[in-house]
Amino acid sequence: MADDLLRLEHVSKSFGALRVTDAVSLDIPKGELHALIGPNGAGKTSLIHQISGWIACDSGRIVFDGEEVTGLKMHARARRGLVRSFQITSILPRFTALENVALAVQSRSGSSLRFFGDASREPKLNGEAMQALRHVGLAEQAHRIAGTLSYGEKRGLELALALALEPKLLLLDEPMAGVGAGDGEALVGVLRDLKAHCTILLIEHDMQAVFALADRISVLVNGAIMVTGKPDNVRADAQVRAAYLGEAA
Amino acid sequence: MQDIAASMPMTQVAPRDRSRLIVPVLLFATLALAPLLGLVGPDRYVLALFTRCVIFAIAALGLDLALGSGGLVSFDHAAFIGIGAYAAGILTASGIDDAFLLLFAALATSGFFALATGAISLKTRGVHFIMITLAFGQMAYFVANSLKAYGGDDGLTLANRSTIFGRDLLADHRVFFYVSLAMLLAVYLFARAVVRSRFGRVLRGAKENETRIAAIGFDPYPFRLVAFVISGMIAGLAGFLLAEQSEFVSPAFMTWQRSGDLIIMVMLGGMASLDGAILGALFVVLTEELLSGFTEHWRVIFGPFLVLVVLFARGGLLGLLTGRRHG
Ligand SMILES: Nc1ncnc2c1ncn2[C@@H]1O[C@H](COP(=O)(O)OP(=O)(O)OP(=O)(O)O)[C@@H](O)[C@H]1O
Ligand SMILES: [Mg+2]
Repeated sequence: MADDLLRLEHVSKSFGALRVTDAVSLDIPKGELHALIGPNGAGKTSLIHQISGWIACDSGRIVFDGEEVTGLKMHARARRGLVRSFQITSILPRFTALENVALAVQSRSGSSLRFFGDASREPKLNGEAMQALRHVGLAEQAHRIAGTLSYGEKRGLELALALALEPKLLLLDEPMAGVGAGDGEALVGVLRDLKAHCTILLIEHDMQAVFALADRISVLVNGAIMVTGKPDNVRADAQVRAAYLGEAA
Repeated sequence: MQDIAASMPMTQVAPRDRSRLIVPVLLFATLALAPLLGLVGPDRYVLALFTRCVIFAIAALGLDLALGSGGLVSFDHAAFIGIGAYAAGILTASGIDDAFLLLFAALATSGFFALATGAISLKTRGVHFIMITLAFGQMAYFVANSLKAYGGDDGLTLANRSTIFGRDLLADHRVFFYVSLAMLLAVYLFARAVVRSRFGRVLRGAKENETRIAAIGFDPYPFRLVAFVISGMIAGLAGFLLAEQSEFVSPAFMTWQRSGDLIIMVMLGGMASLDGAILGALFVVLTEELLSGFTEHWRVIFGPFLVLVVLFARGGLLGLLTGRRHG
């Protein structure tokens, strides 16, 4: 379809004997919030690694925004608006929170081959970075060294880094994992706002959040997509209940 | 979205910390006054020693850009120094002694060598990077050894120091010292600007977390390569000055131990802090001078000291002095 933002065609990947991604085909239209669920070790993170270009797939095609990106590295895909967050927080621990995000803003605003001028004092970069921090409720922590932030704050920073890139497609790998209930609810709110601005592929174990946010859901088991559909259909699917939701079929 | 950012007060910028100027001002003031020691001691000896300090401080600053900001443990830098020195030596031997020409030749050749070796070395990381730069460094060393026309392993004596607009201003040791010091200041200010620039921020980010830098859309490779070339050219500048000062070049400039000394200067002074690199260079050159007066096995004393600093002072000497831990 022409308005599919992301299209996976028979994407496969093996780690030795383990088939971690098994002929996954998936279309995500513009504007959709698509949730990817599945048991631990199903291969969700590995799939995100391949979509974002962090690891290469063995076979299959990945088409993003009408252009094949299968052979592109992560930085090149990020530049095209295919942006990810990490399940295991990945930040610049010795930079301040603001500088972390300002560097993301810098990546999409003009050349970075500038050798003069204090980057940490560029009002445009800092202004937009501040905005992303405010979005995730971290404005107060802007000048703290990122490594000293609490776990929940680091998760927020991880999200702010992705937001600051103004992505077309956002791949979120368990943004709520390990954050407290209150922060989790706040994050659901943030994601709901985000839906209006960009397309999202969300991995999340919190089923309440998933069913509240997702337009469609795919269930991944042993590297293969078992079913894709509207939340209600997925909830009703007997196979899914047996395989994942932990109920007797 | 944009208008909110624009209307925001500029509170996002942390206040500038003036106290950080104290160390560089003290360092440069001390260096500028160092020749006064010549009033109480052997004048030429003092000048030569501190000129050497200044020259190695330049080289250490150069390495600091690659190592401190870029995380690149390079054993190529003695070769850059040597290439800069040989460029000056060979041109002088062919009768060209214009300082600007020699300087240009030193920068161009060391820069080119850094580009060629960096382009290959930077495809690797970690221990592999160290080994490859070491290999390139040794290659340059053996090439210099085989330059029979230019003295081979004996080295090459320069007939005279270079001239500025045909005048032999640099022949005066005091003038040469202050010219070298001015170059150090220029390199220092340049390196400071680079570290803080957009370019430097990406470079520093890639040292901290390469994955994150790639995820926000930067390929670290070109940034590292440019940093490596700039770093190599600064070492080449130091090589040019070294050749001019001693009016002599030899393959000994290019030994891998010399690269090791530079790494020690940067690490000892405090990584990723330009002030630290200068401090480290002064400390190593002066300590070597002092200890080698007592014993030729001065490294036996210096080695353990180094281990202690690395173990107990993570901010290096600068950290010890200021109570701060730099990057
Ligand atoms: N680099 C690797 N080499 C070998 N095996 C790997 C590698 N990365 C992941 N795996 C394995 O692949 C399987 C899928 O891992 P993955 O992290 O993609 O699962 P996941 O669905 O994200 O799980 P979780 O819900 O726990 O995050 C696991 O069995 C894991 O051990
Ligand atoms: Mg995972």
